[in-house]
Amino acid sequence: MDKTPGIRPRRSWGQRLDRAARRGLPGGTTILVMVLLTAPLGLPGQAQFLPAFTLAAVFFWTLFRPASVPPPLVFVIGLLADILGQMPLGSSVLVLLLTQLLVIRSRRFLPQKGFLFVWLVFVAVAAVAAALQWALACLMNWTIYPPVAGLFQFLLSAGLYPMLATAFTRAHRTLAAPERV
Amino acid sequence: MIRLSIPVRQALEKLSLPVLIAAAFGLMLIGKADAVLAVDVRVALTDLLSPIYAVMAQPLADIRGAGSDVVDLWNIRAENARLRAENETLRRWQAAALALEAQNQEFKDELNWMPPAAPAFTTAPVVADSGGVYARSVLLAVIPPRHIVKGEIALDDRGVVGRVTEVGSRSARVLLITDINSRIPVTLETSGGRAILEGTNGAFPVLHYWPEGSPPVEGERVMTSASAGAFPAGLPLGTVHYNADHVAQVYPEADLDHLTIVRLFDYAETGVVPPEAPPGRGRQHNLGR
Repeated sequence: MDKTPGIRPRRSWGQRLDRAARRGLPGGTTILVMVLLTAPLGLPGQAQFLPAFTLAAVFFWTLFRPASVPPPLVFVIGLLADILGQMPLGSSVLVLLLTQLLVIRSRRFLPQKGFLFVWLVFVAVAAVAAALQWALACLMNWTIYPPVAGLFQFLLSAGLYPMLATAFTRAHRTLAAPERV
Repeated sequence: MIRLSIPVRQALEKLSLPVLIAAAFGLMLIGKADAVLAVDVRVALTDLLSPIYAVMAQPLADIRGAGSDVVDLWNIRAENARLRAENETLRRWQAAALALEAQNQEFKDELNWMPPAAPAFTTAPVVADSGGVYARSVLLAVIPPRHIVKGEIALDDRGVVGRVTEVGSRSARVLLITDINSRIPVTLETSGGRAILEGTNGAFPVLHYWPEGSPPVEGERVMTSASAGAFPAGLPLGTVHYNADHVAQVYPEADLDHLTIVRLFDYAETGVVPPEAPPGRGRQHNLGR
């Protein structure tokens, strides 16, 4: 956001590159971490980390840097999450886009409420997301999957968010801030 | 870049989210209608990523190894005592096995037994245990001149792991026997009955559809059956254990949580029908159709 309007000298190429890199950081790191999360890390419950991370990333960046995660990018992230996480094609896309829609609607009041409130909202979003994803997976594959996997996905999303948000907030103020150029 | 006026651009930005949500529904329909396309897309992406995973696999395994080494050092005394006891038991089994082998050889000689040809196998490293929240499968790295065929059966050093369901140029995916879409016709060793082994997405697949009156016996071994032409007969799968709810579970022989290398057996000449790949995680049966 341009906080100080007025006439300024034309930006140099270096500055423009810097700004583009900062603007692209949220999307870029999200995709990178998604690929890393499907690598053979040997974490217990590793399958659930991928949807938990993508949901937290899309939620946080839409709330604080919507210009960095435009809907087409979220579409691509969702598609990647579907393919990497072996979900039915389109289910993560739908969940993430609906999350973004909700967050954009509540952008006017949510950021001022403080971290705890935002987290609570995220917990609710994560619950709905996990339930929706489970329902879509069941519906698309016409199999009743054990709901425990979905429950674990919700708990992991909710519990992981404070940690991720701390890291994201740091990046949000420093690395991902185009206005600091 | 087309220059648009500010109101037009704002309108486009407002529209993009609903349009993309509609596109997500469209994508679901496409994934459902054209299953082959969904599989192709997934194979293309995993082909792209599998070399990256292959490079990462070794250092990651080293790190994990270092961690487990510390734990092992801690347990070394107890482990030693356990191994000594186990060694004792195994020695007894070895004596029995050697005697039986000699006897078996004698019988075969007397019957002019013609042994079946040993099936050819190739070995492939597991580069990612890329199961999803609702899927259990592993990804294998394939070095290009080598070619893996859909339907090959994967075994680790102890038992059946699963079957190859998707093949790319640099990667192949094995659907594990624990996946909820896996169905394997089996023979029960002691009771002699046949059954179907169904995955549950949990650690232990369960047995279904055994013949009336001959339920699986606790502790008996479960082997693949040649019925339906999906598997060759006699590959070890696991042992039967009833859980607290009296469901006949099978404890897999293969170490499915720590797969590093699998052997792939091609039984194509024995009339084994390859399975269809899960269409965007659609229904997929290990049974031949």
